[in-house]
Amino acid sequence: MIDVVNVSRRYEGDQAALDHLSLHVAEGECLALLGPSGSGKSTLLNLIAGLDRPTEGTVTVAGIRVDRLGEASAARYRRATIGLIFQFFNLLDDLTVADNVLLPAQIAGKSAGSRKRALELLETLGIDRHADAYPGRLSGGERQRVAVARALMNRPPLLLADEPTGALDTASGAEVRKLLVDLHAEGQTIVLVTHDEVLAAAVATRTVRLVDGQVAP
Amino acid sequence: MSAIRTVVKGAQRRRVSTIVIVAATAMAVTATVLAGLLLAASSKPFANAFAAQHGAHLTALFDAAKTTKEQAAATASQAQQAVGPFAVTTVKAKLDDGPMQGPGIPPLKVVGRSNPGGDAIDKVTLLSGHWPAATDEIVIARTNLRLSAGTTLKLENGNTLKVVGEARSISQTAQGWMTPDGVAALGPTGWQVLYRYADAGTEAAMTTHTTALGGDVQTQSWLSVRNDAAHRTQLFVPLLSAFGLIGLALAALVIGNVTAGTIASATRRIGMMKALGLTPAQVVRACLSQALIPGMIGAVLGIVAGDLLAVPLTADVADLFGTVPMSVTPWVDAAAIVAAALVIAATAAPAAWRAARLRTVDALAVGRTPHRGRGQLAARLAARSGLPRSLSLGLAQPFTRPARLLAMLLTIGLGTTAATFAIGLASSLRLVQAADQKPETSADVLVLPGMDNRGTNTRTAIAAMPGTGSFYGRGPADIPVDGLRGAAQGTVTSGDASAAGFEMLAGRWYAEPGEAVVTTGFLTATGKHVGDTVTGAGHGPLTLVGEVFDGSANNHLYTDAASVPDLAERDFEWYVKLKPGNDRDAYLAALKSKHISAEATQAEGADGTLIILDSLTALLTALLVSVAALGVLNAVVLDSRDRVHDIGVHKSLGMTPKQTAAMVIASVGVPGLIGGVAGVPAGYLLHHWAVPAMARGAGIRLPQSTIDVYALGLLAVLALAGPALAAGSALLPAGWAARTRTAVALRTE
Repeated sequence: MIDVVNVSRRYEGDQAALDHLSLHVAEGECLALLGPSGSGKSTLLNLIAGLDRPTEGTVTVAGIRVDRLGEASAARYRRATIGLIFQFFNLLDDLTVADNVLLPAQIAGKSAGSRKRALELLETLGIDRHADAYPGRLSGGERQRVAVARALMNRPPLLLADEPTGALDTASGAEVRKLLVDLHAEGQTIVLVTHDEVLAAAVATRTVRLVDGQVAP
Repeated sequence: MSAIRTVVKGAQRRRVSTIVIVAATAMAVTATVLAGLLLAASSKPFANAFAAQHGAHLTALFDAAKTTKEQAAATASQAQQAVGPFAVTTVKAKLDDGPMQGPGIPPLKVVGRSNPGGDAIDKVTLLSGHWPAATDEIVIARTNLRLSAGTTLKLENGNTLKVVGEARSISQTAQGWMTPDGVAALGPTGWQVLYRYADAGTEAAMTTHTTALGGDVQTQSWLSVRNDAAHRTQLFVPLLSAFGLIGLALAALVIGNVTAGTIASATRRIGMMKALGLTPAQVVRACLSQALIPGMIGAVLGIVAGDLLAVPLTADVADLFGTVPMSVTPWVDAAAIVAAALVIAATAAPAAWRAARLRTVDALAVGRTPHRGRGQLAARLAARSGLPRSLSLGLAQPFTRPARLLAMLLTIGLGTTAATFAIGLASSLRLVQAADQKPETSADVLVLPGMDNRGTNTRTAIAAMPGTGSFYGRGPADIPVDGLRGAAQGTVTSGDASAAGFEMLAGRWYAEPGEAVVTTGFLTATGKHVGDTVTGAGHGPLTLVGEVFDGSANNHLYTDAASVPDLAERDFEWYVKLKPGNDRDAYLAALKSKHISAEATQAEGADGTLIILDSLTALLTALLVSVAALGVLNAVVLDSRDRVHDIGVHKSLGMTPKQTAAMVIASVGVPGLIGGVAGVPAGYLLHHWAVPAMARGAGIRLPQSTIDVYALGLLAVLALAGPALAAGSALLPAGWAARTRTAVALRTE
């Protein structure tokens, strides 16, 4: 599903965030990327999502050379292939929960059946009663569920989660953890960036530790 | 580094935003300077120019054949102040070369003056070139007769004069100036003495002073010059004042919007600094500094640009008013910079006070995002609009910041108002000119009066010419009218002039001798109405059967030549319309073979005043639209900066750069459309008020066709100018948003 080969990412004047890193993720796998702050976890996630480009090396996802994509192609790649979950949810406060979930489908120009799919997702995730509410009125756990629903809206083959429980209390974190376990059980390929060893242990089929931009031995 | 400096430093890091703030303020202050100058120049232009030149209350021309120079000089004792006598001569010349060769130029009254501003009265302003230094050099008074420096005039005796410059006397003391020796060489025909009096404010006083000079002297009172100038001035004051006021309003709006936006975008940073210990008083000072520093840099740049642009602008205005160009006026600059500072402070102070009072935690939480709850209805409606999502997201966006939306609406509205007004004005002026020229352009051939026609009975000759269709003759005549001081300026016609293209304001064209049509000025001066009868010496009663439009005459009467006996036909110009299928050049050649001077009729082209008005209108419109565009640009830049994180989110969900750009551009769609739709009627109403007011000021009533210039299609196009202006202004930030790297945008807080 994912092939990262000899990838480096350097920023101007800084040490390499990633340093000749190679990684393979199989379809249906749930990989947890662990490591301290600054180890390159989020940078790797950004490269896989097509949000950033490597300084060298190749990133291939579902047969697509992501490192070669321009901005417009990368956007289309994300619509079709990637679902993103962020630590701080990144929901749009002026849109209702349902409209937030619908957004990826609408941006992709899909209309038929989108609302039905959004409401089904909200129901599946247990937050359908909040469909017409605005994100600001929800708890942290509920907001992250909305974010997960939004990430799944376009049925992406790959779900990327960047510290999905990092901004949540223990109870909410447990809810999201269970959600990810369930998704993986249904066959969803997941790459998870986290500091949370418990989360990694509960969800991931494999863990990779990064240190200074390289896979730790 | 102090905490305040740290906050202010933030502005330096946001380069694009800061540049826009500086540019928008600069442009707004430029508009303020120019608007201020316009208002100053439009306020008593004659009085100001007369004071600046220390104009002559009375200009006297003594006949050299009857009065010696010493006798003329002795009259100085009758006035409070006098200069002269200056030798005067009449220059009769033709252009030595160029397209005007042959027909000649009107005789010029030329005065010998050794320098333009050296005398105590009538300090003539040199507009271009240099003052005559040799006896064969001449400076021409700038009037409708534009003779540029370098032109050579050929005198009747074969000698030549070289035009070396243009000058203007507000007292209109001469049509040209040469050195005293130059006039002496040509042979002086008179002596000019200029007077100023302690009591010169009334006609009675001026009549007394004129009478005291004796009978053998031609005089010109400053009151008559002032009245002539007033007619010209009143025509344009409402126009320039309207532009000036729009400019001031737009400038204040843009500066206020820029300032408020600057502080709003700094709130989060201020929250951080408060968390680190910044006191509310320090917050206020920081906010004011952050707004004032770039604002005042922009203001200074605006002053410089305004002063530079003022040179052509004031020259145009001076030409329009027949006055002298205003020099850069420090008080306008000072007022503009103080006004800019006041607007910035007045807008910044409440925003700074709000920021200071905001709880630190709130500043950190909501500093960069709009108040929760605002714009949700708009977002909900837009989401269900069926439009592509990038567009519907953009359309709903401005409703999250109502104050910024309102400012943008006003900015676009005023910009559209200015554009609508300017286009309507230009159309009206063209139609007025077309209506004024129609009697000349509706014919094919103009048969000229003059020596070349050498006694030929022109009417008979034209009638006998093959190809002649309809024709009529017309010529000038002074027609005494009871109740009018002096005779009315008249035009008499021979033949059927009803189809000559005179634009009727009321009634009809005359059909027989004993009927007449008159201008609005005539009706005003005599208190008569259409249908009344006028009498006077040398003609029978004339029934006024119509009111005719005349763009140049204030007091004019048209009647059949048979109504006014004893007018020689040789003074007539004959306007001939050819039968269909006849070649005009061949017809002209045939006339020439009969020793009859004739020429093809043609529109005179835009006259000088129209060209000046066009250039003024274009300059001011461009400036106002630019200010409006910069105001919108600034608002969109601030909005895009504030929303950069949201843009990152959209991109992470698959929004392409094109969709992102479309979203940003769509965000100005609603204010653009509403501003445009509101600005068009505002401009329409302003035009429909200002144009008739301009005409009324000059004693002219305009045909309704010259006022109803807005076709429905044009209004629709103008209404679209609002969204076009908004979209054009949003292109730059839209491009920036489209190019922003998603990962960077997502990291931006």
